[in-house]
Amino acid sequence: MNAAGFPLLSLITWLPLVGGAVILSVRGDEETIASNARWTALWTTLIVLVLSLVLWVEFDPTDAGFQFVESVPWLSDYGLGYKMGVDGISVMFVLLSTALTPICILASWESIQTKVREYMLAFLILETMMIGTFCALDFVVFYMFFECVLIPMYLIIGIWGGPRRVYSAVKFFLYTLTGSVLMLLAILAMWMHAGTTDIPTLMATSFPPSMQTWLFLAFLASFAVKVPMWPVHTWLPDAHVEAPTAGSVILAGVLLKMGGYGFIRFSIPMLPEASAAFAPLMFTLSVVAVIYTSLVALAQEDMKKLIAYSSVAHMGIVTIGLFTFNEQGIQGALFQMVSHGIVSGALFLVVGVIYDRIHTREIARYGGLAERMPGYAFVFMLFTMASVGLPGTAGFVGEFLVILGAFKVSFWLALLGGAGMILGAAYMLYLYRRVVFGRITRDDLRAIMDLSPREWALFVPLIVLTMWMGIYPSSFSVFWEASVAAMVKHHQAAMESAVKLAGVIN
Amino acid sequence: MIYALAIFAPLVGACIAGLLGRVIGDRGAMTASVAGMVVAAICGPLAFFQLVSGAAEPTVIHLGTWIDAGRFTVSWSLRYDTLSAVMVGMVSFVAMLIHVYSIGYMSHDPSRARFFAYLSLFTFAMLMLVTADNLLQLFFGWEGVGLCSYLLIGFWYDRPSACAAAIKAFVVNRVADLPFAVGLAMIFMTFGSIEFATILDPKIVAQHAKETHSLFGCTFPALEVIGFLLFIGAMGKSAQLFLHVWLPDAMEGPTPVSALIHAATMVTAGVFLMARMSPVMELAPYALGFVTFIGASTALFAATIGCVQNDIKRIIAYSTCSQLGYMFVAAGVGVYQASVYHLITHAFFKALLFLSAGSVIHAMSDEQDIRKMGGLAKLIPATCAVMWIGNLALAGIPPFAGYYSKDAIIEAAFAAHSAVGNYAFFCTVVAAFLTAFYSWRLLFMTFHGKSRADHHALEHAHESPYVMLLPLFALALGAIVTGFATVNAFIGDGQAAFWAGAIWTSPDNHVLEHAHHVPTWVKILPIFTAVAGIALAWVMYIANPLLPVRLANSFRPIYLFLLNKWYFDELYNAIIVRPILCIARGFWKIGDEAMIDGVPNGLAELTAGTSRQTVKIQTGSLAVYAFVMLIGVVALIGLYMLVR
Repeated sequence: MNAAGFPLLSLITWLPLVGGAVILSVRGDEETIASNARWTALWTTLIVLVLSLVLWVEFDPTDAGFQFVESVPWLSDYGLGYKMGVDGISVMFVLLSTALTPICILASWESIQTKVREYMLAFLILETMMIGTFCALDFVVFYMFFECVLIPMYLIIGIWGGPRRVYSAVKFFLYTLTGSVLMLLAILAMWMHAGTTDIPTLMATSFPPSMQTWLFLAFLASFAVKVPMWPVHTWLPDAHVEAPTAGSVILAGVLLKMGGYGFIRFSIPMLPEASAAFAPLMFTLSVVAVIYTSLVALAQEDMKKLIAYSSVAHMGIVTIGLFTFNEQGIQGALFQMVSHGIVSGALFLVVGVIYDRIHTREIARYGGLAERMPGYAFVFMLFTMASVGLPGTAGFVGEFLVILGAFKVSFWLALLGGAGMILGAAYMLYLYRRVVFGRITRDDLRAIMDLSPREWALFVPLIVLTMWMGIYPSSFSVFWEASVAAMVKHHQAAMESAVKLAGVIN
Repeated sequence: MIYALAIFAPLVGACIAGLLGRVIGDRGAMTASVAGMVVAAICGPLAFFQLVSGAAEPTVIHLGTWIDAGRFTVSWSLRYDTLSAVMVGMVSFVAMLIHVYSIGYMSHDPSRARFFAYLSLFTFAMLMLVTADNLLQLFFGWEGVGLCSYLLIGFWYDRPSACAAAIKAFVVNRVADLPFAVGLAMIFMTFGSIEFATILDPKIVAQHAKETHSLFGCTFPALEVIGFLLFIGAMGKSAQLFLHVWLPDAMEGPTPVSALIHAATMVTAGVFLMARMSPVMELAPYALGFVTFIGASTALFAATIGCVQNDIKRIIAYSTCSQLGYMFVAAGVGVYQASVYHLITHAFFKALLFLSAGSVIHAMSDEQDIRKMGGLAKLIPATCAVMWIGNLALAGIPPFAGYYSKDAIIEAAFAAHSAVGNYAFFCTVVAAFLTAFYSWRLLFMTFHGKSRADHHALEHAHESPYVMLLPLFALALGAIVTGFATVNAFIGDGQAAFWAGAIWTSPDNHVLEHAHHVPTWVKILPIFTAVAGIALAWVMYIANPLLPVRLANSFRPIYLFLLNKWYFDELYNAIIVRPILCIARGFWKIGDEAMIDGVPNGLAELTAGTSRQTVKIQTGSLAVYAFVMLIGVVALIGLYMLVR
């Protein structure tokens, strides 16, 4: 139980499942079930969102440790427990998940017409698993949530996806699962060493350097696929292209963040020496990701694929920031993750809007939309600029802080990592030009309708968040400031003691 | 607080025009936007005069925290010192005139609300840039004007050329912004802050003068590296040589945009940055040498191209490029006062030139080719008169504004007494000659001589309405007055009191003083070359109109080289754009699809293939199974017998 004596985190985590049970219990003809499922899912996710706002209000940003901690013994003989809690780093991801899910439900309102009940059920299960992943304070519990996320996502892509949905779903599942299996081994090894899987305890445990190397590689296998880092990124464009709009939003908005979260929660604090030793590798892979995938994005002919590749490039910035081990870099990486969650989610929604109308994602099929859809053109431009990292929007703060942090490591890391600034502008503006600018040449585009009130309801909160994060980012970064500062300190202390130890041995 | 009002009034106007444009209609949007600008144009200059008259003290208006990450804290604030205030005064005033002019110029455009929203938003971003109290807010304005420039160049989005030009402008600017951002990071690394209170304090800067940074395996003074990085950023925004390619194409936007963004304000941001960073730049002599070199080269290079262009806006665009080069020369030799002075006078006469060009285009039913004009002086006399004033100011004929500021720069280049200073002196003098030449070529071909226009256009040719002419008159007045009225304050004896520390020059920098005491021939030379340029233009385009054609034919390669703008676009296409697109496709098709995806797909194929083969063994026939088992038993027994 936490200080309030109330298991808030568990409630937020498991409430969506209750909503799912309600959906399952509805009887009647297909129309009734579908409509009930939609409304129940929307209300459930909205209630969860409101409950999670309690976290926002009640969270004490000055405390670097875990808050709202709940602990119930589970397999106490083996040192396992059901333990939940959030610190400044994870609370933002919980809020990100609870904020994006209602938007996803609303985005699927009309575009999903088959098996609506199952679809909504999958989303509710997904929400439980996502929130659980970010709240878990026991490594085994974390692992279970982390893996269970795959199942609903696999179904969402595989059932409600596009023509090549099965190939993409299987690819998505196998890629992520392969990495996770190695992580399971690492968890076992850590348990053997420390006798517990309690995350705060593991953070304070120091593992021998040789063991750290292996553990780091095992974690890397899992998290690098999830981020995704180059060269294990190719599942992402396929998954995005085939997934329904809302699936893409969650995939880009939350699922990718689990990789970054994994690095910052496990790899860096638990394995400081290995992290430092592998940092050059991480930088290399990240810089390659930024430049390589930005270039690939430039050549894309499919809107969703382009944005998927841009996600890989943006996540490259995140991994650069994380491994700089300084406050600006890590805060920048966190900020970039949250802002990317909102901006790329919004961009997938932007694509979804015209996909719902014309049923194609091919860029060449569009052009001149500004004439018929001025509101849409405005929204698209705003998120394009946020993606490009224009100051005053969410995208800038994270990117700039990472450049700042990277510069402390090396001039070239800052310059090459920042190259995404140029290429990002090139591919996003090129996309915008081909879709929105120009003259309308096709008849079906002449009759296209501007955003409906439901679609405005999707975008307005995202626009507000994007601008808010850009103009007054402190109201977000204040949450993790203490935790990041403690983490940087912890890392420096660990590195110093490692140096001392090496001195003693020599 | 009138200062804050000057900055935020345009934002309010932009928001009303942009977000409510559909509700309140074009007229309402225009009113809101222009009203916001009028408020700004009253408050901005007022704040400036209060400051220079001593009625107000330099201060910083704190608005709130922006970013806070560890030791890195940045705030939103408005800096109120001479340099910021003079820029606010100029920007708000010129922008207001351009807003008013646009009421007439854009009267037939269907999406006026959008246009005015962009225009006001641009003004706001520019004002944020010049009033920043830290480099990051400056960067906010810097990128904000970039965005608005992109939106306005691509305003007529159904024209492919406009879209291409818009993207080009944004991306080229971004190329320069990256080094700028890295420069910011380096400043933070060196000084531990990017607030002006710290990094513009000469004492603090001096403490860091000895610090070094290794790069390319060599060690450089940290301040030099910072100076270079910031200047590369300035090169992009101010369209200096190698990064100038976007500016001429930016003429695709409506003419008021060209006047506001690509002449009077945005492109001068780089010059402003150099002046603002003067305490740092002063301690980076090599970076300053580079600034001078690039500035001088640009001044000459752009002027050569301006001499052969035929599009009336393009000629003025290259002239802008060239004049920006002058400003950088001044900054490079350490006379930031003169560079800002030229920036201000240039803003008036260049906005005047662009707007009069717009008036000509308006009169000629959207014709921009000066070969199809001529003899328009009688038809549009008012436009002709103000364009003459603008060109007299540009060419530096006394007593027009350009004479004072441009001469000061040429004299300063001479007074620098350094190799690069002499190079700059040579370049600027030759460029002065060319400037006068192409300016009068433009005037003669447009307004004088015989008309070459087709009679349809001539029949419709008409003087612009007053809503367009009045801003022209106001700017013409500025182009006359800003010279002699302010020369003493900006660069004369009163300069130290006027700037009040907003621009810092090191105690052993005496270039400005020496510039006042150069030999007489140096003082006269610019006027002489300007008159010579005008005379040559007269000979070639009035006295003997066939001469240019003959010259172009006999020096065809040179003519084509200049006409095609030194082939920069073609070069960049060949060595940058096309290879990048090619590599991009290669990475996608070969890297991602063939190689990276080949591994999992191949593994899957292998697994499936193996199982297909294995499946064949499973026949379901008991006899076969029994037979295989028998063989197995025999083999095992045999093996057992053998090894035993």
